[in-house]
Amino acid sequence: MFTATQIVDALVELKVTHVIWIPDTTTGSWEPALESCSHFQLIRVCREGEAWALAGGLLIGGSLPIVLIQNTGFFESGDSMRNIVFDLGIPVFAIIGARNWLTESSSDTARRFTLPLVQAWDIDFEFITGPEEQEKLFLHFRKCRRTNQAGILLLAE
Amino acid sequence: MTQTNPENTTPHKHGIGVHDALDTLVQMRGERHIVVTNQVSSRLWPTLSDHPLDLNYNPSAMGGAIPLGLGLALAQPDYEIIVLSGDGSLLMNLGCLVTVVDSGVTNLSIVLLDNGQYEVTGGQKTPGYNGANYAGLARASGFPCVHHFTEAATWQNEAANSLSGTGPRFVWLTIRPQPGDYGKSVGRPIQKQMARLRQQFRADAQ
Repeated sequence: MFTATQIVDALVELKVTHVIWIPDTTTGSWEPALESCSHFQLIRVCREGEAWALAGGLLIGGSLPIVLIQNTGFFESGDSMRNIVFDLGIPVFAIIGARNWLTESSSDTARRFTLPLVQAWDIDFEFITGPEEQEKLFLHFRKCRRTNQAGILLLAE
Repeated sequence: MTQTNPENTTPHKHGIGVHDALDTLVQMRGERHIVVTNQVSSRLWPTLSDHPLDLNYNPSAMGGAIPLGLGLALAQPDYEIIVLSGDGSLLMNLGCLVTVVDSGVTNLSIVLLDNGQYEVTGGQKTPGYNGANYAGLARASGFPCVHHFTEAATWQNEAANSLSGTGPRFVWLTIRPQPGDYGKSVGRPIQKQMARLRQQFRADAQ
């Protein structure tokens, strides 16, 4: 997957102002780079449900945050996401790690339910399975900004 | 750290009337105060105030008001944000107290309207009904400014001071339950409120 430098450079190029996150075993190694970047603020939340509302407040206030969480947290935070994205219509963009996606033999139920649940929420999403597909992040983020709609980028882990 | 009667165990039935609690905020609120309400307060606040910097967060997800207010505070550091939260909503998202402090934000005040009940659903008790110490929780989370008020007159006299200390601030109000018709929203639609808020940001920036 992305190196820390690759993801930070991408977020800087996209002019992201805040990264709201809870780490997982893949994205956790990005912490020093995310924390030290002067172009955006890293905000640690305790539970993923906070992340969507926090992003909503930032967007109402004119900032450009992204939510960076794992699929398990996406499952957990569904009602908060529903409220911010659908009730309030705030175009939050989230990068969501898809745990064990690259392990085909995995019996991880988080892997099993990722696509069905993302599809059920009817949020425009793209799936990146390797760093060679980095361009998808730029294209999808910019498309969501242009159309003022929420978006999800799934990162295969 | 400032704290008023941290061990106070005043029963909710002897607490501050919710209208008195909100009216005090209406009176002391300044021109750069953004007020975020939700649940019961989002139904009552529009009957007392119609300010461009009001955001009656309804429909909301319980526990979402404080993170939403935190986002506003980070995005608009030249404003002071006051978030009104019920005890039931706070209990659904207690970790947000730690998040607020860790974010480094200073222009945020949380006013907890603690009536010990889920009033919107008919008055069932919250798990904190029997003596949860919300001032202790805020203090332990790192809030530098924590107050607790149980009487309307004291709250009225101290509101301005308690909301002007070093932020982030946490004000716990023990509220007398007051059943009402909280099923319908009386304020402006949320989309129009957000548009008006953004318009005010642009106007203030000029």
